[in-house]
Amino acid sequence: MAAGSMKMRATLGSGYTDVRVLMSHPMETGQRKGPDGKLVPAHFIQNITVKVNGKTAVEGQISQAISRNPVFSFRIKGGAKGDKIEVSWIDTLGETTKGESVIA
Amino acid sequence: MNAIRRTTLKAAGAAFLLASGLLHPLRALAAAWNKDAFGAKTALDALKSLGASGAASSKDLLIEAPQIAENGAVVPIEITSNIPGTTSISVLVEKNPFPLAAKFDFMEGALPFVKLNVKMGETSDVRVVAEAGGKYFAATKEIKVTIGGCGG
Repeated sequence: MAAGSMKMRATLGSGYTDVRVLMSHPMETGQRKGPDGKLVPAHFIQNITVKVNGKTAVEGQISQAISRNPVFSFRIKGGAKGDKIEVSWIDTLGETTKGESVIA
Repeated sequence: MNAIRRTTLKAAGAAFLLASGLLHPLRALAAAWNKDAFGAKTALDALKSLGASGAASSKDLLIEAPQIAENGAVVPIEITSNIPGTTSISVLVEKNPFPLAAKFDFMEGALPFVKLNVKMGETSDVRVVAEAGGKYFAATKEIKVTIGGCGG
């Protein structure tokens, strides 16, 4: 699957906001052999940033050990309807994707 | 002759500008990735690179994960830190070729909580290390894997 799109959802809980993100990414480890018997080169997301109303809340560094098409949940303190949540990632090839969602 | 030399130089100059202007910001962003810790082949070395060796075990660091994972390619792990002032959480799968799977830094406004899916090559201890007030705390949970996740 090609690296690219992102799906996310921000749900208001009690005292916090649950942020779920699904990223489309192959997360190749560099240790797997393709159908031609050659190693598939490593290609994985390295950095994830979660911002709330433009302010960074979580910064993640991840490795090839994260499953393909990564899914993450984070929790933001408080949160109100209309708050803007942005998530972005950058991978080993420098490709990057951004997603945003408003707390409903 | 000279004209050709000029254009060649100009082209080289443009290529240099492109390379330095376009590639540099990417490199700057990628610099926030702890290469030493993620490249470490043992959990001990990874923790050393994170500056987190000698973490005290804590009951306030909770790991929720299946005891037996049927599919090592997708093992869900949920981590909650009830340690006051937690600023980061790292996840290590001890028997993976590169044990460090992820490190999350939590700023003001985020709760020290994360749920993620990791790949596990074989049955292993999963170690979670939290940082709070410059000190490190650890919790461990064994997860049994019936089918490894390294085949992709």
